[in-house]
Amino acid sequence: MGEGVGGQAQETVLGLRRVEGRPQKHLALILARELASQLATAAFIADATGGLVFFNEPAEEILGRTFAEAGPMPAEGWASQFSLADLDGSPLPMERMPASVALMERRPAHGQLWMTGLDGQRRLVSITAAPLFSSPTEFVGMIALFWQEPEQDDA
Amino acid sequence: MRYGGNTPCVEVRTDEGTLLILDAGTGIKRLGADLEPDGPVHVLLTHLHLDHVEGLRFFAPLWRPGAEVHIWGPPSPLHTLEERIARAFSPPLFPLELADTAAHVTFHDVPHETWEIGGVRIDAHSVSHPGPTLGYRLSANGSSFAYIPDHEPVLGVEMAALEPEWISGHGLAARVDVLFHDCQFSEAEYTSRVGWGHSSVAHAVEFARRSEVGQLVLFHHDPDRSDDGVDGLVERAQELWDDASAEPPVAACEGMTLELT
Repeated sequence: MGEGVGGQAQETVLGLRRVEGRPQKHLALILARELASQLATAAFIADATGGLVFFNEPAEEILGRTFAEAGPMPAEGWASQFSLADLDGSPLPMERMPASVALMERRPAHGQLWMTGLDGQRRLVSITAAPLFSSPTEFVGMIALFWQEPEQDDA
Repeated sequence: MRYGGNTPCVEVRTDEGTLLILDAGTGIKRLGADLEPDGPVHVLLTHLHLDHVEGLRFFAPLWRPGAEVHIWGPPSPLHTLEERIARAFSPPLFPLELADTAAHVTFHDVPHETWEIGGVRIDAHSVSHPGPTLGYRLSANGSSFAYIPDHEPVLGVEMAALEPEWISGHGLAARVDVLFHDCQFSEAEYTSRVGWGHSSVAHAVEFARRSEVGQLVLFHHDPDRSDDGVDGLVERAQELWDDASAEPPVAACEGMTLELT
C-alpha cells in the first residue's frame, strides 16, 4: 500500500475504515453522497462491500420509500427488496442488473428494466452505473443514476 | 503582531524525543534553523499546495550533510511524492535541484493503516479539500492530537443531518485532546466561497463539537485577516461553542506551545 504509481499493484477494496475503532466512510463516497444530494436525477450509492449506503430524494420517488425509512442495506438485502424484470417481463437476475455489474465486474453498465419498488409500484427505469475508484487500484463503491421512463403502449 | 503570518508548520515532540513536523509552510524555515540534528526528522505533509510546502526548500536540515529526513505525503497514481516535490526544487522555481540536498532524504506515501514513528501512532485519512489532501491523527502516551488544516467538512449538506461516519475527517478528530482545524472564513465570507476547500468558523466549531474534541484550535487564518479580525473569529467561535465540558476555542499563533498530558 502506498506504492501509488501505476504498476501491477493488487486492487484494494476499501470498506469502512476505522480510526482507533471509529468508523469512517471513504472520502470518495462522502463526496459522491454530497453530489447526489444536489442532483435532480435519481441516484444511489453502494460501498465497496456492495451495501447500499445512500439514495437521494429523486430516487425515493422511484424506489417508493425515503432513505430515512429504508436506511442503508447490506449487499445481500437491497437488490431483493426491489423486484426486477427485463423488458420482456422475465425476472432479471441480480448479477445482470447494471449496478451489480458495476460492483462485481468493476465496469460501467447501462440498461433498462422494470422495477417494482418498495411501494409495490412497477416502473420502467433506465439505469447507468459506474464503479468508483479512488485510485486505479482502490475500489470504493458504485454510483448509479436512474430515470423513470414513460411506458410505451404496445401498438 | 499577535498571530503571525507564516504558512502552516507545526512541531510535535514527545517526551521520548520523537520529532514530527506537520506541513512545511514558511514556518518551517525558523523551525529548521533552531533544530539540533540529533536524529531522524519526519515531515508529514497534508497536501502539496504551495502554502504547505513552500518552506521545505529553506529547511536547514535538508542542507546538512548526514542529516536524515523523511517526508511523508498523500499518494498519487501518476507521480511519486519525490517527483511531485521535485517540481518545486528545480529551475525556474528554485536554483537547486532536490538531488543537491546534502541530507539523506526518503519519501514515503502515507499508508492506509495506522503506523508508528518513534512510539507515536499515526493515522492519515483523505479529507475534503481540492486535490489529494490528508488530515492526521497522532496518539502517544494516552494523548491524541488531530491536524486538519485545510478542510471543508461538508459541501452543500447540513452537518447536523449526517451521521459521524459520513462527515469528512470525523474519524481522525473523534475525541482527540486537541484539534487544529481550518477556520479561514467568517460565516458571511463563506457564502461566496463554497467549494474552496476551507471552513467557516461555524463549520470548524460544529465539526469540533460533533467530534467531541477536548480543545479546538482555529488554524489556517486568512492571510488578509488582521489580528483584530482573528480575535473576532475566536469570539464568534466561543459564542458558538456550547460545551462547558471542553476548553473554549482558541486561535493558533506563531510560537504557540500546547502540552498534552
